[in-house]
Amino acid sequence: MDENLLLDAIERYRNGQMDDEEKLFFEELRKNNAEIDQLAAEHTFFLSELEKMAGQKAFTHNLNEVESKLINEGFISGANGKRKARVIYLWNRYRRTITVAAAIAGVISFGTATTISQYSESKKVNVITPLVDNKLNQFEHKLNQIEHKLNDATVAATKPKFEANFRATGFLLDGSGYIITNAHVVQNAKNLIVENKKGDQFYANPIYSNTVTDLAILKITDTSFKKVSGLPYTFPKTSAELAEPIFTLGYPREEVVYGEGYLSAKSGYYGDTTSYQISISVNPGNSGGPVIDKNGEVIGIISSKETNADGVVFAIKSKNIYNALKEIKKDKDISIKLPTANTLKDLDRVKQIKKLEDFVFKVKGN
Amino acid sequence: MKTIDQEKDLLIGLAANDTQAIETIYRENFTAIKAFIIKNNGYPDDARDVFQEAMIILFDKAKSSSFNLTCQLQTYLYSICRRLWLKKLQKENRFNPSVETIQEIVTVEDDMEIHQKKNHDFLLMETALQKIGEPCKSLLEAFYIEKKSMPEIAESFGYTNADNAKTQKYKCLVRLKKIFFAQYKN
Repeated sequence: MDENLLLDAIERYRNGQMDDEEKLFFEELRKNNAEIDQLAAEHTFFLSELEKMAGQKAFTHNLNEVESKLINEGFISGANGKRKARVIYLWNRYRRTITVAAAIAGVISFGTATTISQYSESKKVNVITPLVDNKLNQFEHKLNQIEHKLNDATVAATKPKFEANFRATGFLLDGSGYIITNAHVVQNAKNLIVENKKGDQFYANPIYSNTVTDLAILKITDTSFKKVSGLPYTFPKTSAELAEPIFTLGYPREEVVYGEGYLSAKSGYYGDTTSYQISISVNPGNSGGPVIDKNGEVIGIISSKETNADGVVFAIKSKNIYNALKEIKKDKDISIKLPTANTLKDLDRVKQIKKLEDFVFKVKGN
Repeated sequence: MKTIDQEKDLLIGLAANDTQAIETIYRENFTAIKAFIIKNNGYPDDARDVFQEAMIILFDKAKSSSFNLTCQLQTYLYSICRRLWLKKLQKENRFNPSVETIQEIVTVEDDMEIHQKKNHDFLLMETALQKIGEPCKSLLEAFYIEKKSMPEIAESFGYTNADNAKTQKYKCLVRLKKIFFAQYKN
């Protein structure tokens, strides 16, 4: 008997899709043929395993959603509660053995030791290509203009003419309109706009730009921008592991482009410890895009690639963002709140991207 | 305090993967579990991990036909979390004074064992699914997990008709089973 037919019969029997006569015949067949009986038992077991796994996956997904909701409400402390916890942890750990004073001194030195050594910018100059697309070609340009005219007509907002001469990527850090991208993207720009997937454009101003770490943070200044919520990703403070699979979304073209690869080294160009080396295919325009691991954590930001080698790309580690936020808080007294709830975990990639793409922006300027 | 009937309803909701039920259980139990874990050398993040795993165990239990909770839901969850946390502490060789207990506990060893076996089986299935590659993986997931119909699948995967898709599906399934059972029987 053809094995496919037999498997089909087993599945129909299991799902109650057989009429009585067929059912009887099938049961009889199983009784009289040990081999078929064995196969049926095995297949039924296998299918139930597969279904159980699917059930648990769906359940963990819901669990994560509920957890995220409770974190947003403040019922469960998210990543921000960690520092406090560390003190409690040390307190508990040491109170029996060592004096508390020593433990607290430990906490303070831990706090000050987080300043990371920075590599000098001069080394990055020649062999590394920043991934900004400076050659927005004429044709694309025309298309954009037409597109924008159409948008303007439908949205009724009167956007001033904007002639961009470069394009890169950025993504939201905070739903109230803070976008992170690379410092090299914005450093010579007179005007900047960001554009979401739908093509809505907003003016933005850099509020922070650090050419050493190559990070810049923009604030959307347009009043037409509505605060968004539900940023689905989080930012780990710890280092990512070698060989971890990663992916990115970016705008090397006018349309959003997905790319995947892996973490190939824990340091960047010339041993720069503030960035990672990743292996992924990127092009001018990818600069400023998020580097995301399979759990939906943003481990870095794409910045540059080695000119003479293929697939050698550098990404700034996410923990630099925390330092940037601290500086912004200190210098400008602006508090940017990173998302604490991750809703990408346990989703397949297609669904992850669907959730993500609304938060990744095109950064353009002239 | 919840009545037995209320708890039963919660568990029925849980078995049906109802987010409202999940949320209620979280709200009523998480704080106590967190307190226990922080008291015993853990971070709040540990509490989140442990609680999630305990919820999965509870979910499996609630789904099984023979399910009968002989103690309060709160007690059961607490016992599971305690066991999970002890295990993690041992595994990481963390400094471990006798774990303080702030509540009564019930024996959960059997459930833990079932859970472990299950985790192991799931891992086998996951790796097997990874190994068969695309489009097999998506094809099987669409049919067996997302429960899409054959004509639907034929269209989205670009097969000329449902019968072709079905033949392809069985080919993939046979490969998947082969990989799965090769490891399972070891």
